[in-house]
Amino acid sequence: MALDRKIAIVNLTTGQIDIKPITLEMRKQFLGGRGMAAYLLYKNSKPGCDPLSPDNAVIFSAGILSGMPASATSRTDVMTKNPLTGLLGSGNFGGFFAAELHYAGFENICVVGKASKPVYLFVNDGEVKIMDAKNLWGKSVTEAQWAVREELGDRDVMCAVSGPAGEKLVRYANTMTGIKNANGRGGGGCTMGSKNLKMVAARGTMDIKIAHPREALEFDKRFIEQITSAKVNQTMGTLGTPFIWGATNSWGGIRTNNFQYNQLLYCDEIEPENIDEWSKESMGSEYNMAACFGCQVHCRAKYKIPDTPLARKWGLVGKYDEGPEYTSQGAFCGEPGCTHLDTLLMGNHLVDQYGVDNLEIGSLISWAMELYEAGILTSKDTDGLDLRFGNDDAVIAMIHHVCKRDTWLGNVLAEGGIRASETIGKDSFKYLIHMKGMSNLHSDERATPALALNLALASRGSDHLRSRPAIDLYHLPVDVMRRIYSSPVPYEGPLSSDHTEYIGKPWQVVWHENCYMAVDCLGICKYHTTFLGATLPNFEDWAKVLYFNTGLEMSPKDIWDVSERANMVERLFNLREGMKKDDPYKGEVLAERYFEEPCRRGAPDVIGKKIDREKFVEMRGLFYKYKGLDENGVPTAESLKKYGLENLDKEPSRV
Amino acid sequence: MQQPKVLMINHEKCTGCRRCELVCSIFHEGVANPSKARIKVEKWEWEGLYIPMSCRQCVDAPCMNVCPVKAISRDEADARVSVDQDLCIGCRSCVAVCPFGAMNFNKTERKVYKCDLCDGDPQCVRFCDMKAVDFVDPTKEALSKKRDAAQKIADAKKVATELLASQL
Ligand code: SF4
Ligand code: SF4
Ligand code: SF4
Repeated sequence: MALDRKIAIVNLTTGQIDIKPITLEMRKQFLGGRGMAAYLLYKNSKPGCDPLSPDNAVIFSAGILSGMPASATSRTDVMTKNPLTGLLGSGNFGGFFAAELHYAGFENICVVGKASKPVYLFVNDGEVKIMDAKNLWGKSVTEAQWAVREELGDRDVMCAVSGPAGEKLVRYANTMTGIKNANGRGGGGCTMGSKNLKMVAARGTMDIKIAHPREALEFDKRFIEQITSAKVNQTMGTLGTPFIWGATNSWGGIRTNNFQYNQLLYCDEIEPENIDEWSKESMGSEYNMAACFGCQVHCRAKYKIPDTPLARKWGLVGKYDEGPEYTSQGAFCGEPGCTHLDTLLMGNHLVDQYGVDNLEIGSLISWAMELYEAGILTSKDTDGLDLRFGNDDAVIAMIHHVCKRDTWLGNVLAEGGIRASETIGKDSFKYLIHMKGMSNLHSDERATPALALNLALASRGSDHLRSRPAIDLYHLPVDVMRRIYSSPVPYEGPLSSDHTEYIGKPWQVVWHENCYMAVDCLGICKYHTTFLGATLPNFEDWAKVLYFNTGLEMSPKDIWDVSERANMVERLFNLREGMKKDDPYKGEVLAERYFEEPCRRGAPDVIGKKIDREKFVEMRGLFYKYKGLDENGVPTAESLKKYGLENLDKEPSRV
Repeated sequence: MQQPKVLMINHEKCTGCRRCELVCSIFHEGVANPSKARIKVEKWEWEGLYIPMSCRQCVDAPCMNVCPVKAISRDEADARVSVDQDLCIGCRSCVAVCPFGAMNFNKTERKVYKCDLCDGDPQCVRFCDMKAVDFVDPTKEALSKKRDAAQKIADAKKVATELLASQL
């Protein structure tokens, strides 16, 4: 049957491997993916532990539908106590790993302890083995994957791998799979490094028995049509995520020069159409897109790095990669104030190879640039590097220095913003753009209160994928919004289709938080949801797809409840690890500059905008209320009971 | 006379998503398991090159010719080469001899299996949005291949002329 995949709990200190079934009760509580990961992390990491100690856990969790036909179901959540923030660390990647893990008979791999020497896990047809990783250690993300396939003699092995940045314990090192699929946030790669774990390699030939195969195929066909008929996905399928860049930048929503401006000027070279053109030219083909498992959106452009003086200097001419994503545009161009295509493509390639969060590293380098221009950092601190905004070469140099920790500043930035600000001192913290200790995405939310609220409340800190009510920006008629936001749970409160408004936004953030949690549990990609378009699949569709594939009967409301429960577990984890509502380091607040510095560029409805402090606090209060939390953001006894979490601390693990 | 259609593969369009493998296995076996698919996408991920491989339903089929028990036959009407599961003895001679690696072996049944064109409605074609696998009239395939090849030669010639000119 479809739901016979297992959990492996691996202790690298003792070498013990426990293989356990996932009970139907657990399924109904958490479905799979991120929900299961949250539960496993809560139960398997030691409260208050040092994230880099053996007491931390790292969980690789495939979605419940991974490897099944429901369009783009191969998403894996990697969850750990974040070495950067000390709170929840979680990221989600696509590619082919989750599907292969399922074909290998497993859904979740939970790793605790620490190996005495480098190892990797080989998950194959119902078995998990701890293998010697001597020959993989030190290898880049792609080299390591290539080498393990050679070693195992199988080209279809799929890996969740930590790169050289993870080995060096860069606190925002991530887990990667394939060429460019990044579990960008959460520091999973760093925790892996601390455990001497290079990768989880999966290969499987076991059947997933589809409950209703013909219906599943027919539904899938409809599903695909629904997804690909949305204009937004057609654009995504030709230009990739950079397509958002053009609109957002011209409107004034791109944070530039750390946070000084909100629009990058003279940046034709990195506009989506130009990237697309280069992608086609360098691949020598009319069709230049790549896709994750079973995905019809195919949002990743293939490219080779052009022959430019900078690329020659760094020895990267002609290197193959995929992307670059919207996030890389911001990290290596918007934030550091660079405008060249080669910088973007090289930056993107380097973070893919080192295995490091592009958003975090780009933000921190840009932060250091502002400190340099403000005189807080001097050329003595930068080893002579001229760290001014717009210095492309310095950006590339700093990526290397951070990932290798081979200069003073590189080493300091590898520790993350808050720790670095303690080392650098002076006013440096004031310039740091973070929430809960995580650097913000390069977009600027001062004109969009809903998005700003989501940043402050996201369980993994400053975030654009936990809840992003981005359909706000389409100015949908209120009755269309009401249809979306009143299902599967009725909502009668106010709504506003004006993105600069504060009205109704708390509910939108709640709704999207549950929507994205649902797909993260199912294993479906966010581009196949209401993330970007009102007509895309929703709770009703997921209930059906779940039934046809797995036979599990759950109503849309049941799925919503799973989301609520899983979000609550994430919150409980954060509270356990020291989150306090108004704490500037670990709290649910925005960086001060959101409240104090108005936007200087962009469209008339953007210029002059900043976040209103009082209204922000009011929105946060409403959000807490809708979620069944008290005024400090702590779940009430009543809501814990409602979701069966009242004994989470006391009861033994249910798996 | 109407020519029976053939699977045509244009690997340049393939995004490497492997949906064709997935639906093929579900359609034939009721299970999601790409290792049981009749189509396989060969991938050189580090170069961005993906080539879907499936049975060509060869006219002079090596698999059929080599089969010692005549389990493999060719239906002229729909141009399909098929394996009679009752006759197959699992000797795998056909697997070894197929130039495209299109004959597969089922470890549990201990028999071979191959693409059967899904009885005229190839699921891989139905589910590939890119039409990287397509189901077309063979003469059309030849014609479009011819055009592509001519285009490539023409392009190469142009580049060569430009190169020569720049050296003069
Ligand atoms: S479904 Fe189409 S695009 Fe996807 S792998 Fe198969 S042939 Fe390629
Ligand atoms: S299995 Fe191989 S040899 Fe036989 S018809 Fe198909 S492609 Fe030709
Ligand atoms: S035509 Fe049918 S049997 Fe042949 S490869 Fe495609 S899906 Fe599989």
